[in-house]
Amino acid sequence: MSGAFRRWLAPGFAAALAACDTPRAPTELATHTAGAGADSRDGDVFVEASIGDASQLNPVLAKDASSGDINDLVYSGLLRYGPDLQVEGVLAERWDVGRGGLEITFHLRRGVRWHDGVPFSSADVLYTYEKLRDPKVPTPYSSEYDLVKEVRAPDANTVVVAYREPFAPALESWMMGVLPKHVYEAKSFACPPTPCRPEAGPAKTVEDFVSHPANRCPIGTGPYKFCEWRTDEKVVLEANPDYFEGRPHIQRYIYRVIPDQAVQFLELRRESVDSMGLRPDQYRAYDVFFEAYRKYRYPSFSYTYLGFNLRKPMFQDRRVRLAVARAIDKDELIEGVLMGLGRAATGPFPPMSWAYDPGIEDFAYDLEEARRLLDEAGWKDSDGDGIRERDGVPFRFEVMTNQGNKTRELTAQVLQQQLRRIGLDVKIRIVEWSAFIQHFVEPRAFEVVILGWSLGRDPDQYLIWHSSQDGEGKYNFVGYRNEEADALWVKGRTTFDKAEREKTYRRIHRLIHDDLPYVFLYYPEATPVVHRRFEGPEVRPAGLTWNFIRWFVPAEKRRYRTQVSANG
Amino acid sequence: MGRYLLRRLLTLIILLLGITLVTFAVMQLAPGGPIDLATDMSAKISPEMKDRLNKLYGFDQPWYIQYGNWLARSVQFDFGESFKDGRPVIDKILERVPNTLLLNVCTMALIFLFAIPIGAVSALRQNSLIDRGLGIFVFVGFSMPTFWFALILMLLFGIFLGWLPVSGLRSLDYGELSATGRLLDVAQHLILPVLTAAFTGLAFMSRYTRVALLEVIRQDYVRAAAAKGLSPSRVFWRHAFRNTLIPMVTLLGLMLPDLIGGAFIFETIFAYPGLGRLGMEAMMSRDYPVVMGLGTIVAFLTLLGNLLADLGLAIVDPRVRIVSS
Repeated sequence: MSGAFRRWLAPGFAAALAACDTPRAPTELATHTAGAGADSRDGDVFVEASIGDASQLNPVLAKDASSGDINDLVYSGLLRYGPDLQVEGVLAERWDVGRGGLEITFHLRRGVRWHDGVPFSSADVLYTYEKLRDPKVPTPYSSEYDLVKEVRAPDANTVVVAYREPFAPALESWMMGVLPKHVYEAKSFACPPTPCRPEAGPAKTVEDFVSHPANRCPIGTGPYKFCEWRTDEKVVLEANPDYFEGRPHIQRYIYRVIPDQAVQFLELRRESVDSMGLRPDQYRAYDVFFEAYRKYRYPSFSYTYLGFNLRKPMFQDRRVRLAVARAIDKDELIEGVLMGLGRAATGPFPPMSWAYDPGIEDFAYDLEEARRLLDEAGWKDSDGDGIRERDGVPFRFEVMTNQGNKTRELTAQVLQQQLRRIGLDVKIRIVEWSAFIQHFVEPRAFEVVILGWSLGRDPDQYLIWHSSQDGEGKYNFVGYRNEEADALWVKGRTTFDKAEREKTYRRIHRLIHDDLPYVFLYYPEATPVVHRRFEGPEVRPAGLTWNFIRWFVPAEKRRYRTQVSANG
Repeated sequence: MGRYLLRRLLTLIILLLGITLVTFAVMQLAPGGPIDLATDMSAKISPEMKDRLNKLYGFDQPWYIQYGNWLARSVQFDFGESFKDGRPVIDKILERVPNTLLLNVCTMALIFLFAIPIGAVSALRQNSLIDRGLGIFVFVGFSMPTFWFALILMLLFGIFLGWLPVSGLRSLDYGELSATGRLLDVAQHLILPVLTAAFTGLAFMSRYTRVALLEVIRQDYVRAAAAKGLSPSRVFWRHAFRNTLIPMVTLLGLMLPDLIGGAFIFETIFAYPGLGRLGMEAMMSRDYPVVMGLGTIVAFLTLLGNLLADLGLAIVDPRVRIVSS
């Protein structure tokens, strides 16, 4: 819709848009009184536009991205990814991996307090772990701890985790936000007063973990404190002056829910939101739209691929898969589908990851070579209808993708055209997501799919590629098998040494690239905008917001008047 | 009268049961469950984990057991908890009712305010230029895609002119405003959604008024009143217009569920925190308890609206009397 919308906004309109900049007085958003310890950089408000509202401000229960965005600011984990995706300590000051990777010891940071003033200790970590493993708690994260044998706390500042077998991605699982035991174990709980809501909430008897009132007024240890949540409107957070890495400069963080991306874009034009994620067509809109903003682009941790069902005889021949890869002009595809906002993919790791091997040379677009490979494999156009056949069977197959993902649908159309050039007859079939999974992917009743993976920061993709993962409900549904890769996936997840892992994954990258179970199409780019008045945004492998607490607005550029609270 | 009411109420309950059963069946038939949608294609979630979640929510049980459980709870007005955030469905619905009521009451007031005069003028000047003009006007509104019209209004009033906020119900500084300031703030935010909804909904009411009035002014008693030498305004107000109100009562009854059942796409466009958006998001994420809860309430209101309309008709129309058999 927005594509049409943009065309409709002919240049004349764009000029009119530029001319109608109504100056607005700074908006007053009162907070508590100013005091000592405040920095001259402290102040102003950051308004983020989001498609969806948060659901549960409890990192153990939250499944959606919106809740995750808020939880990341309110809670801290033991560890996190630093700007270059190295593992860093947060609530854990340092950690040792012992007994050949079977034991991880976390030494907790001392003097950390929860937002309500209660000291943080190892008991909170134990409590969080118990909830993650509690069969009555509907958390989607419990399987990440399947290999944990035991978690114990020898003292208030130490947590020791014992594993059944060494598991390197385990470190990532300790980035889970830690919950306050004293809050969740209390018999009754009332949301404490905040600067947004001066009166405390009603005291409620705690019935269970899922309906706990703190899931809607969280108490964490993170850089921002919870202030207010208006369902389907906004979530407001307030800088935590006592944050152990220093108080964030931006006084308030407002997460504004605007479910329609075209409307978000209009709000952007009014400068009533400071940041949003753009769609490619919005990114390519006239510059006047972005006078007050800076645009950023970087590859996201995901890729889109064309996956062959390797059980189908026609795709068992690598020459055929290679011919398809050679016939795909990825540049044309990215230009047409993402308006250039993507990068050609070469394998299962995104270019921001340390597992990505930049030395891999992609199969060049070469129609002659593609045709030669097909001839060699016995697929020839003997009846001159433009479609190749072998033993009288025409080379015809169905590319499937799920409904509702415009980019994938367009990708299918472009590929249909491109593969036609080498005499392959491609049909497109678009099916609603759940039906797609249930009736085609699960029973392996597809020929070729166009799908994407969003990836974690840790390169372990054992569940996608290992030959043991080709079963019901499992993710190696293309049926990829390579003994060397199998062994490397196992090695990668049991080795903690990063240099060693890097070598392992780069080897895997090459193997999978050459084996062609997928044609890796592109890594789409994340394209956020941030209002110009914010100083500090910088794109690193971890993305854009890794240093959010250090962003600030010079006093003369502030849009919102806030009173900065004192260090408590 | 008492027995009539009793009979109507009994039918209402049976119908309501039927509607919930159908809603439940449709939800079950829709491919995919809440667990699949939340977890499919996230390589971190193992199949065992999915099974465990399915058990936890009772999806491993046959549908009639699930429906029975739901029914047993709902007759006690307990619609269960949302899968999305674990909160009671009734709380989620109730917290949005005021917003949706506010929007819909304003919209309907505006529709009545304009539709009846438009209908009346069209009827009195039937087939004149003004009748045709108004007809075109209301049908343009009727056939306009709501989301498109909403975007155009936002562009015009929010961006080009800069007079009105684009979306939402309150400004970010709402909490810091005085009581009057808050009122004005909400009023400003309501203008665009109400205008959009009213314009696109004008046709229904105005055409109804026109047709009803056209029928009435051809009646003999209207001609008789005019022949008696009554002034045209007296003929219109006392004799013609009052009689067109009778079908309006039925219409009002039918509109009762509209007051609560928000417009799904509409509220989403305006980022309006109402029931329509709740329903839309619940359906998309297969949040069964919320869909069932909302469905039941809207169905109940529809049936209640029908009943009230019939009873209301008996009161305003002296020709209709309920006869106990």
